[in-house]
Amino acid sequence: MSFNWRWDFTWDILPRLLAATLNTLIAAGAGYAIALVLGLILALAQRTGWRGLTVAVREFVEFIRSTPLVLQIFFVFYVGPQFGIRLSPWTSGMIAIGLHYSAYLSEVYRAGIEAVPKGQWEACRAINMSTRDTYLRIIIPQALPPSIAGMGNYLVGIFKDTPMLSVIGVAELMHTANAIGSESYRFLEPYTLVGVIFLAISLPTAGLIRLFEGWVRRKLGL
Amino acid sequence: MSIWEYMQIYGARLASGTAITCAQFVLAALIAIVVALLAGLGKLSQNWLIRGTSVVYIEIFRGTSLLVQLYWIFFVLPLFGITLPKFVAGFVSVGLNVGSYGAELVRGAIQSVPKGQWEAAYALSMSPAKRMRRIILPQAIGIMLPPWGNLLIELLKGTALVSLISVADLMFQAKQINASTFLSAQSFGIALVIYYILARFFITPFMRRMERAMARRLGKA
Repeated sequence: MSFNWRWDFTWDILPRLLAATLNTLIAAGAGYAIALVLGLILALAQRTGWRGLTVAVREFVEFIRSTPLVLQIFFVFYVGPQFGIRLSPWTSGMIAIGLHYSAYLSEVYRAGIEAVPKGQWEACRAINMSTRDTYLRIIIPQALPPSIAGMGNYLVGIFKDTPMLSVIGVAELMHTANAIGSESYRFLEPYTLVGVIFLAISLPTAGLIRLFEGWVRRKLGL
Repeated sequence: MSIWEYMQIYGARLASGTAITCAQFVLAALIAIVVALLAGLGKLSQNWLIRGTSVVYIEIFRGTSLLVQLYWIFFVLPLFGITLPKFVAGFVSVGLNVGSYGAELVRGAIQSVPKGQWEAAYALSMSPAKRMRRIILPQAIGIMLPPWGNLLIELLKGTALVSLISVADLMFQAKQINASTFLSAQSFGIALVIYYILARFFITPFMRRMERAMARRLGKA
């Protein structure tokens, strides 16, 4: 059994891994920002009342949700050049991960909007509110609090899926750990540290999201 | 090259990849179901050791990435003297990962069985084991089947990662064909469609049938 944890080696590689953690956080943040906006568009596109559009968007969301993210990342990265569009690993990674999670977030938004009681819509209509005001002032403020738990889950989810970006060479945490492993032939420390770093970020984040949800509920007087 | 020519040349390899993906899916699903039941029940146990073990397992596997777990099990476990072949390491990692999410579903479902059912079983002086097996679990399964459908699709998607430790699954074959032909749209596109078909036309209908069968057994349909 060749199990021996080397602390000196651990301290050597820790700064490199922490620097890569920053990249991971940037990737998760940027991907999430794309997903938040795109998800809203996908959710609203299903509510326009045009049947064709609703069905097409629904199928698209189902397709994205039931195929592997890692395959989508490869698809975006390699299919571009075939048609003369070259995307950097970062750009294609952000597109793929943002698109993937926008499909999930659109479902969260949709559930949130559908959970608003019908009477609220009718009341808006009765006082002759515009569609824009109905959404912005009545529906979305009520749809938001029940959506926060789901949105938070996917924030943690996107963070945990960023290691897949390493397959196209985005220099995030997993990619750096692989590089360290192949330089030094030591896998125990880098891979274990990556696991510890992930735990150290995702567990507190999940807790913070719960606190945030309570705070929003109080703020909106629900 | 037209798509038909492409399929004539590479169809067999994609089919063998699909077979490996299906095998990984079934084996990982079995592990996930067993582990989810054990950890989900364990988290509700009176014994602090069992409860603690379950919580640690669930939090570790839910708090880190599947890819990290896969690499850890494949590259680091051998240092502890446990060497798994890549095929086994693949479905074990995916199964353990999904099992940790499943454990929370099991726990939630058991806790949402109405209190009267627990009391009625107690009033009939059923033993705790019999109460769980005959009264609580069947109803809990009815409650948790719909979210398990989603989880199994996540599991199918998770199996694509085993290609990164060179298990020759569908994803791996698509990558290999792409590397030798540069026909990325065809290779990855067809693989995407196959995953979609597996999820949409096999897993989802199967789970719907399970849900209906379970509803009949519970006398709700």
